[in-house]
Amino acid sequence: MLEVRNLSKSFDDLTVLKDINFTVDKGEVVAVIGPSGSGKSTLLRCINQLEKAGGGQIDVCGINMMKTNEKGKPVFADAKTLRQIRLKTGLVFQNFNLFPHMTVLRNITEAPAVVLGKPRKEAKERAMELLGKMGLESKADAYPSELSGGQQQRVSIARALALDPEILFFDEPTSALDPELTGEILKVIKELANEGMTMVIVTHEMSFARDVADKVVFMENGVVVEEGTPDHLFGDNASERVKQFLQRFSQH
Amino acid sequence: MTGEQIETLFGLMLEYTIPTLKIFGYTLLYSIPLGMIVALLKMCRFKPVSWITNVYILIMRGTPLLLQLIVAQYSVPYIVKSDICPGFLRDMLGGVDIRSEAYTFNMMLIAFVLNYAAYFAEIFRGGIESIPKGQYEAAVALGFGRIQTFFRIILPQVIRRVLPASSNEIITLVKDTSLASAIPYMEIMYIAKKQVPTYASLLPLFMAGLFYFAFAMVLTLLLSLIEKSLDPMWRRSVKTFGKGIFSRGDA
Repeated sequence: MLEVRNLSKSFDDLTVLKDINFTVDKGEVVAVIGPSGSGKSTLLRCINQLEKAGGGQIDVCGINMMKTNEKGKPVFADAKTLRQIRLKTGLVFQNFNLFPHMTVLRNITEAPAVVLGKPRKEAKERAMELLGKMGLESKADAYPSELSGGQQQRVSIARALALDPEILFFDEPTSALDPELTGEILKVIKELANEGMTMVIVTHEMSFARDVADKVVFMENGVVVEEGTPDHLFGDNASERVKQFLQRFSQH
Repeated sequence: MTGEQIETLFGLMLEYTIPTLKIFGYTLLYSIPLGMIVALLKMCRFKPVSWITNVYILIMRGTPLLLQLIVAQYSVPYIVKSDICPGFLRDMLGGVDIRSEAYTFNMMLIAFVLNYAAYFAEIFRGGIESIPKGQYEAAVALGFGRIQTFFRIILPQVIRRVLPASSNEIITLVKDTSLASAIPYMEIMYIAKKQVPTYASLLPLFMAGLFYFAFAMVLTLLLSLIEKSLDPMWRRSVKTFGKGIFSRGDA
């Protein structure tokens, strides 16, 4: 479903990603953990075309998004293919990034109607269905500024789902929320996991990663240090570095 | 002054509000879209375009509007006479009748529009740059194209943000139209000044002042109403409030 090979990325002189290899199978839930500045978000942003990867290869749903030519320069697919890939992936941001001038309903229906050309009525029905799933039907006519952070994040998940993506990416979906609001988001993600949604989640919620993920990837300084099942990474056989990180994490 | 004199004077003044409104209306009509274009040019990633635009804005904002208005009036004959004027431009401008009323008005309008576009451009640029990066990223992630993103996601938010500062400019323009009297262009300020010795009274000037004041007040009210109407939550509250009134049947 998603295959990342030897991915590298640098901002000017700063190398952020080095030789990243990363695969996600259909229906799999992958949690990406690691200290701040380890390149987790950049990895997500490269896959979602918000940043241009510097080298390596990315394939999404069997379609090549970018590869490296003989001279070591990155070569991207044509604009049409990139767009096609974009519609197969959904991204949920840390800061929700809802459109403040649109109602909740409009936030969800705008992309299906404008980008996919779905009839407004159909888009609206689907949006209401998604809002129902998020427990926010009554907020359809509210504006984002009238909602709590947790509600806003649920709307942004509904907005991403409205395009029926094949993979959904979450970039620290609970980091901007009060601790008591993170639960409602994690619950939604868990439900999506139970429905078989393919997801990649960058998170600092260790117990959640352990609970929901089929695979956990530990990143540090732009490289994948270790990956495996939650039982492995959170167990006694994990590498010292991972143990050290998790230990320090549980102290907070 | 007799009542009859005052009436005649008032009628005269009223007649000359029309040219004033004409300057005001046309200047806004052209300078707002031009300001938008200038703002986008200034943000252009191709640096020379951005620099040239910046020089234009600096000159327009750094020199008096009155000077610009006068330069515009004198410009055509001097450009035609100049050695560096290219032939096609000389042919084009050579046929212009610099004594015609249309010439006076058009050159004046060009100066007003170029001046106000520079101010609007800076307001619009500030508005566009104040939109968080996350809005663009969300739009990209949802598959919106560049044009769709600008018109559907960014511009509606920009309009709301730039309205207060733009209102300020619009109100200033009401009063800046009086600079046209120095060209001279016959609008309300020009006629008021001219009537002072005739009537040996300050009344014409007071009347002109009253006109500007009333015009500015009406615009202030109108603009604040527009500002409110762009607030979606205010619009919704009016809608429900209206329904409440009508349901009680006392509207």
